[in-house]
Amino acid sequence: MKYLTEFRDGELAAKLAYEIKQVVTRPWTIMEVCGGQTHTIIRNGIDQLLPEGVEMVHGPGCPVCVTPLEMIDRGLAIAAQPDVIFCSFGDMLRVPGTDRDLFRVKSEGGDVRIVYSPLDAVQLAIKNPSKQVVFFGVGFETTAPANAMAVYMARMRGIRNFSMLASHVLVPPAMRAILESHDNRVQAFLGAGHVCSVMGYWQYPPIVEQYHVPVVVTGFEPLDIMEGLRRTLVQLEKGEAKIDNAYERIVSFDGNREAQKVLSEVFEVCDRPWRGIGVIPQSGFRINPAYREFDAEHRFQVTNIHTVESTLCRSGDVLRGALKPNECPSFGKECTPRRPLGATMVSSEGACAAYYNYGRFISIEELAHA
Amino acid sequence: MPDFSNWSCPLPLRDYPAIVMGHGGGGKLSQELIEHLFLPAFHNEALANLGDGSVVARPAGRIAMSTDSFVVRPLFFPGGSIGDLAVNGTVNDLAMTGARPLYLSAGFILEEGFPLADLASIVDRMAAAARVAGVEIITGDTKVVERGHGDGCYINTSGVGVVPDGVNIGPSRARAGDAILVSGTIADHGMAIMSVREGLEFESTIMSDCAALNGLAQVVLDAGGDSVHAMRDPTRGGLGATLHEIAQASNIGITLDEVRLPVRAEVQAACDLLGLDPLFVANEGKMAVFVEASAAERVLAAMRAHPLGKDATLIGHAVDQHRHMLVARTAVGAHRVVAAQIGEQLPRIC
Repeated sequence: MKYLTEFRDGELAAKLAYEIKQVVTRPWTIMEVCGGQTHTIIRNGIDQLLPEGVEMVHGPGCPVCVTPLEMIDRGLAIAAQPDVIFCSFGDMLRVPGTDRDLFRVKSEGGDVRIVYSPLDAVQLAIKNPSKQVVFFGVGFETTAPANAMAVYMARMRGIRNFSMLASHVLVPPAMRAILESHDNRVQAFLGAGHVCSVMGYWQYPPIVEQYHVPVVVTGFEPLDIMEGLRRTLVQLEKGEAKIDNAYERIVSFDGNREAQKVLSEVFEVCDRPWRGIGVIPQSGFRINPAYREFDAEHRFQVTNIHTVESTLCRSGDVLRGALKPNECPSFGKECTPRRPLGATMVSSEGACAAYYNYGRFISIEELAHA
Repeated sequence: MPDFSNWSCPLPLRDYPAIVMGHGGGGKLSQELIEHLFLPAFHNEALANLGDGSVVARPAGRIAMSTDSFVVRPLFFPGGSIGDLAVNGTVNDLAMTGARPLYLSAGFILEEGFPLADLASIVDRMAAAARVAGVEIITGDTKVVERGHGDGCYINTSGVGVVPDGVNIGPSRARAGDAILVSGTIADHGMAIMSVREGLEFESTIMSDCAALNGLAQVVLDAGGDSVHAMRDPTRGGLGATLHEIAQASNIGITLDEVRLPVRAEVQAACDLLGLDPLFVANEGKMAVFVEASAAERVLAAMRAHPLGKDATLIGHAVDQHRHMLVARTAVGAHRVVAAQIGEQLPRIC
C-alpha cells in the first residue's frame, strides 16, 4: 500500500508547493481534464497551495456529467420495461433524466442493479435467461475496454439476452473542442492519467504542436497532481509546449495495446453529443455494425423521448472551464446535490458536486481561518 | 459462513427444515420454535415464565430505552451476522446514553422458507453476543411473512438500561474546546459488507468490527467522569454523519485532522477503489467521545488499555467557529469542509 503514505505525504506536498512557488512568475490557467483529478484537487485543497494567479479550471472528464440527457432518458425508458434487468455503475443512478432518475425507476418496480464490472452484467444474463439484461456503458477510454470486452464475451458465448446501451466519450477530441472554443482560457492541460493508461499518449503530440499547449500526463493522488502541475508550470514559464508523462508508474507511450485491440473490435468512432456542450465530431465510441445485435439502442426501439434541460443549469460552461461552479447563479440555491439541475452536481467527480461537498460555498480565507 | 457442525436440530423441529407460515401462527409450531430454539439459546428466568411480557426488578437510577431494526444483507458476513448486530446495535445505543444495558427484547420477522438451521445459527450468535455484553433477552416475538414478502430474516431489538445518577451525557452536551476521540479504525463494517456483496471480491478479507461497546463506554466514563460530554457509536452514515449530528445538536463547529483518522490500509484501498469516503462508511463497534481537552489524554490512555480501544486516537476538536460545520485539515495541509451526505454513497464509474 505504498501510495497511501508516499503520494499523500504532507511534508513532500509542502516541498512541492514551495518548488511551484519558485517557478511561477506570472498568472497561468491550467485545466485538469479528468473528474477524478478535480475531485483530488478540491478534496485535498491543492488549489489553496498554489501561488496567486495560478488558476485550475475543471475539465469535462466526468463521464456521468457529459452523458447526454437523451441517452439517460433512453436508459430510463428501457429500465422501466418489464422483463429487463438494467445494470449500471453506482453513480449513474442519481443522475436526473428529464423527469426522473434510475432510483425512481427502481422504486416504481424497475429491476435496476448496481454492478461493479460489465462482466457481472453478462453473468446476470447467463443466470436470468428469461430476462433482457442491459448494461449502461458510459465512460471515457478508461472504462471502454471492459465494456467492449463484455459485448465481445457475450457474442463469443452466444448470450443473446445481453445488450449494452453505449455512450462512450473520448478525451482528445474534447481537448481540441475546448481549445477551439471562442472563450477558451486554457493554456495547458494535466492529461487524464487513467485514460492514458489505456490509450497511451501518442494521441497528444499533434494537439501539443497545433495549439502550442503543454500536456502533462498526470495521476490522481495529491502528490501526482502537484508534480504534474510543477512540470506544467515549468514548461509554461519557459514558453515551451511539450508532451510529458508525470505518471510513469502507470502510463506508457503506447498504452495498453490489447485493450485498444478490443476497443477497435467492438466499437467505432462516432460523433457524440456531450451534455451541456453539444456535439463534438468524432468524440465517441458506439457499438459497430458487426456487434449490432448487442446494441441496446438497436434492440429496444425507444421512441417518444422529449428531453427538457433545465434553463438555469450552466453545466456546459462549467464543463468547458468557462465558469467556476460557485460562480453559477444557481449553485447551492436552486441546484444542490439533493436537487441537482445538472449532472455536474450529481457525481462525486462532477465539478459542481465537488465544490459543494467540499464546502466551496464559503471562502478559502474563512476556511483557513477556521 | 455459519458453522452448523455443532448444531443438531432438536426434535420436533426437524420435521420442518425451513420456516413455514405456521411457525408464526401462535399454535403448536410457534410453541415448538420457542421451546426448542429460543428458550434453550436465551435461557434466563424471566423468559422461562413464557408470559405475555417479562417482569424484572426495578434498578436504581434512570431508565434508558432504545430500539433498532436489522435488515442487513447478507445475513452472515466476515466478522459477524445479523444476530451479533441485533444485540450489539441496541446494547451500543444504550451504552452511548451512559446507561448500563440490562435487558433486550427480540422480534423476528421471518420469510416463509427461511432455513431453520440459519435461524438457529443467528439465535446462537445473539445468545453469545448477549453473554459477552452481559445483557439478557427477556421477551420476544416471531412473525412469518409469505415467501417473497421478506428478505429471509429481519430482527428488531429493543433494550432497557439504567443510567447511574450523576452521569449526564448526550449529543447536545459537547462544548467548544472538547477533544474528539475515536475508539479505533473507521469504516470496517461497511466495507466488510461491501466486500461480500455480489460482484465485489477483495483479495484480503475485511472483517466487520461488530462488538458491544458497553464495557469500553464504562471505561471512558470511569476515566473521564464529568469531563465526558458526549458519546456516540457511528453506525449508518459513518463517523462523518455522527459528528454532523453532534455539531448540530451542540451548536458547535468541528475541526478534524484528516491524517489522524485511523483507517486500515485495506479499507482505505477499497474505499479509494469505489470512490467512497471512509468518514461516511458504517461502523458497528466504534465510538466517538467528546471530552474536555484537559482530560483527553487520561481518557485516551484508559481506552487504549481496553481491547476494543487499543487504536483509540484524538482526531480533532470542537470549536466556536463555523458552527454546525466540519472542517478537515487535509493530508497536504490545506482545508476543506466535510459536508453531510444526502443518501448512500454511490460507487463511482472510474
